Amino acid sequence: MLTEFGKIFVFILLAVAFVGIAIFAAKLIRPHRPTQEKLTTYECGENPEGTPWVQFNIRFYVVALIFLIFDVEVVLLFPWALTYQDYGLYGFLAGIIFLVVLGIGMAYEWQKGDLEWARPKPNIPYLSNLIKKNTDQTSENIIVEQTETNQTT
Amino acid sequence: MDLYDIIFYLFALLTLVSAYFVVTNKNIVHSAFFLLFTLFGIAGLYVLLGADFLAVVQIMVYVGGILILLLFGVMITNKITNVSIKTGTIHIIPAAIVIGLFAGALASIMVKTQWQTESAKIPFTTSYALGKSLITEYVLIFEILGILLLIALIGAASIARREEKE
Repeated sequence: MLTEFGKIFVFILLAVAFVGIAIFAAKLIRPHRPTQEKLTTYECGENPEGTPWVQFNIRFYVVALIFLIFDVEVVLLFPWALTYQDYGLYGFLAGIIFLVVLGIGMAYEWQKGDLEWARPKPNIPYLSNLIKKNTDQTSENIIVEQTETNQTT
Repeated sequence: MDLYDIIFYLFALLTLVSAYFVVTNKNIVHSAFFLLFTLFGIAGLYVLLGADFLAVVQIMVYVGGILILLLFGVMITNKITNVSIKTGTIHIIPAAIVIGLFAGALASIMVKTQWQTESAKIPFTTSYALGKSLITEYVLIFEILGILLLIALIGAASIARREEKE
């Protein structure tokens, strides 16, 4: 008789076989007649420029670190979740204290803004600012300044 | 050779072959993806040894967490993926001596150890026994583990925050 992990193993084998058979069958059935037009980028797609391996934001790493800590927490909760019912309220509280301690950590991160995404602030043009700028300087002055800077550069 | 042995050798083969590709691959991202199969194969070996909790830890923390951390480490490191990593062989003779000694030591341990050959039975789940001792005998350690994780959480966040300001 299969153990529980044996069932999981059968599922894994089925999943691998499903993908493999599907890809192989598709390769067997589909026609393969590439032309120049077919091989170009699909209509709304754009041809890539440069490498996609750009430097990612450091924020992702912080999120991954926080995720890892809570991952370990979940792993430690597995054996607790299996047995706490046998010990009544005491067993329940043992796990809840563990969770609350990490909840404090979560609250700390939240309060410190570590979970916030560092966004560039948009420079929104307000109408009042524009009017003030125009009343301070006449349009002639602006043109003169621009020509001066052009000459110096 | 029964079904157990076949599955064992399947996982061992998966682990060894992907470990070989991790070491020899020139693209670091491909290496990281092969590491996925290595860690998964080890999880399978844990299951076959009856260490179910260890297998769950292996899948969740190593495959799910450490590998993501590794990939993020690669991704946020600038221009590391374009560099083809040097995987040539240097210092063959000293390496062969050290590896030979190490392999000999391992082989002698394997031969000399009196292995417990217990009749194959369906292993009792270790997670339940672990949970029992975590709640009764080692409940203090369980809570201290929570505090340890809290310290790690705050420490990781504050280190990352300082780098952000620079």
